[in-house]
Amino acid sequence: MQRHLISAADLTRDDAVLILDTAEEMARVADRPIKKLPTLRGRTIVNLFFEDSTRTRISFEAAEKRLSADVINFTAKGSSVSKGESLKDTAQTLEAMGVDAVVIRHGASGAPYRLATSGWIDAAVINAGDGTHQHPTQALLDAFTMRRRLVGRDAGIGRDLSGKRITIVGDILHSRVARSNVDLLHTLGAEVTLVAPPTLVPVGVETWPCEVAYDLDSTLAKSDAVMMLRVQRERMNAAFFPTEREYSRRYGLDGDRMARMPEHAIVMHPGPMVRGMEITAEVADSDRCTVVEQVANGVSIRMAVLYLLLGGNEPAVSHTRIEEK
Amino acid sequence: MSKILIRGAKVLGGEPQNVLIDGSVIEAVGTEISDEAAEGAEVVDAAGKVLLPGLVDLHTHLREPGREDSETVLTGTRAAASGGYTAVFAMANTFPVADTAGVVEQVYRLGQQHGYCDVQPIGAVTVGLEGRKLAELGAMHESAAGVTVFSDDGKCVDDAVIMRRALEYVKAFGGVVAQHAQEPRLTEGAQMNEGVVSAELGLGGWPAVAEESIIARDVLLAEHVGSRVHICHLSTAGSVEIVRWAKSRGIDVTAEVTPHHLLLTDELVRSYNPVYKVNPPLRTQRDVLALREALADGTIDIVATDHAPHPHEDKDCEWAAAAMGMVGLETALSVVQETMVDTGLLDWAGVAERMSFKPAEIGQAKGHGRPVSAGEPANLMLVDTEYRGSVDPAGFASRSRNTPYEGRELPGRVTHTWLRGKATLVDGKLT
Repeated sequence: MQRHLISAADLTRDDAVLILDTAEEMARVADRPIKKLPTLRGRTIVNLFFEDSTRTRISFEAAEKRLSADVINFTAKGSSVSKGESLKDTAQTLEAMGVDAVVIRHGASGAPYRLATSGWIDAAVINAGDGTHQHPTQALLDAFTMRRRLVGRDAGIGRDLSGKRITIVGDILHSRVARSNVDLLHTLGAEVTLVAPPTLVPVGVETWPCEVAYDLDSTLAKSDAVMMLRVQRERMNAAFFPTEREYSRRYGLDGDRMARMPEHAIVMHPGPMVRGMEITAEVADSDRCTVVEQVANGVSIRMAVLYLLLGGNEPAVSHTRIEEK
Repeated sequence: MSKILIRGAKVLGGEPQNVLIDGSVIEAVGTEISDEAAEGAEVVDAAGKVLLPGLVDLHTHLREPGREDSETVLTGTRAAASGGYTAVFAMANTFPVADTAGVVEQVYRLGQQHGYCDVQPIGAVTVGLEGRKLAELGAMHESAAGVTVFSDDGKCVDDAVIMRRALEYVKAFGGVVAQHAQEPRLTEGAQMNEGVVSAELGLGGWPAVAEESIIARDVLLAEHVGSRVHICHLSTAGSVEIVRWAKSRGIDVTAEVTPHHLLLTDELVRSYNPVYKVNPPLRTQRDVLALREALADGTIDIVATDHAPHPHEDKDCEWAAAAMGMVGLETALSVVQETMVDTGLLDWAGVAERMSFKPAEIGQAKGHGRPVSAGEPANLMLVDTEYRGSVDPAGFASRSRNTPYEGRELPGRVTHTWLRGKATLVDGKLT
């Protein structure tokens, strides 16, 4: 049994489909009057956030509470990289308190991996975003959203994203969302194209299982989903692109560009959106934009992941648990 | 006992010979040494072992003054003696920085006082390593420490004018500037070699061109002002090409490579284990092979350890927070044997050239890097080249344990070291 979720690349196709299927099951809980399962009763989960992220933390917290786990929120913003030992010390403090799982968000790439592999703690480690490395539950909720929209809610059970064409647009270089999505979508059989100015594509991208393009317009007509990434304004000062307006003209998604996408195609965004720069309000508010669904699906996915990593002996759905690799 | 007879050692890897030490000098070397001459000598059976001149490290961090929790002159020179070294050049990035005659004399005297290994301080090029104002290079040269090598190592002298002036200025007393080639803007936030692995791991990229562009600039500056420049720890195939070109053009440039850049690659960073975090970063297999070739053909002149001790807590943390550096004095010769000798790229005479003769020449280390022959100072070491064993940092003499080789099997074991005829290491144990 795999004990941790550190990278989307660690998931096999069957692992990933199992998580998506489990999440469908979990999503039904949200439709009930009492949105709670007793599955993780008596288990303690810590949300260890070294970096601000209200959305992700609340999503995990909601998932944990719906599974009846005891939840501790620990915010240690900015303390880690300046004082190297604090991650280890914090981890060992939590271990001493008998924590069963640690959901960690950290500004340093690899921090969750270190936490899981250094022998500092025994708890399961779930990566809630590390530096510019990985954000696996984000990729899972994105895949879940795509499967629901592009394959079907019930029809999608047991299926992957074979043949779907996904375009990811924006700051690939600094994006853990992009890395996680490329890994997971490839595992699920989708064809991924990354679109960005060359300054925002990492050196070494050629080994990734995806295409890279610099021209957004030529990819729109053949996309089943277009995922817009957030572009931080400070990137402009670091000369990654000349001006916000030029970025917007070349890589922003507006109504005209959306109209060139196939009719069934969806627009995705991990949030928070910078309206007017990477995406116009017209697109953000359209029916084709799944931002709000992604947030709801995030809770279901995180419930599924926590359940499968920590759950009791009885399956939530009629599948085996994640196999050890 | 003032005489030592080393019997049956393969001098520089050649045919077995006997070496007789009398006091601090070599009295005789040959297949036959008369009983009369050897009378009363302590005999060291060196059958099967290789005898080399004491190794000279042009790039060591001893941390004293300022970071005695990592290393001191005493622990660092004991580590050096364990590794077969009889002279080390101590880098200037201490606290306070070795940018005045006072600091370099202190470090020099500690080395003499402890007696395990000669310590030749390197002076900072600029005040406080800040890259703005030349340190008192002349005063450091004239001090008791007699500084000849200047470096802001840890930082690059990135201002082209300051670098030019330093290169020119040290000509007055035959000094050399050793450059840490790292373009600062291109390495902002850099955590590892920029390439396939960094892209995947999401760690800030450290591009090869950040090193190569500075080397290219500095060899051109050295040519222009007719000075000599030494390049610290080359790590890329491109750097090799630039140095090769510069040498072919007659530019007075020398270069060093570390043992770890001859063996390890950036693939190891996938572990996110900061023991592999080093400056310059571990590169690719292609770079490693290019560095080995260059060391073999003489494009890279010497091996230098960049021995960089750090306390446990500076490495037992997440990658981004960890200190950069590895200890190296006690494993250097083993790594060179594995990567250069056992691969057939270099014989032991070639190792002596690159780890003793040439570094002593570049740094003008008096009495070191001398031939193994009568009348020379008895700075010698013996290595059992047949030995195979895994590295156990618990046995290190260095105060720090940040070795990337823990548990790894490496060939060769230094058994004896003599500093001017005085044994500092006997049968693998420090005296």
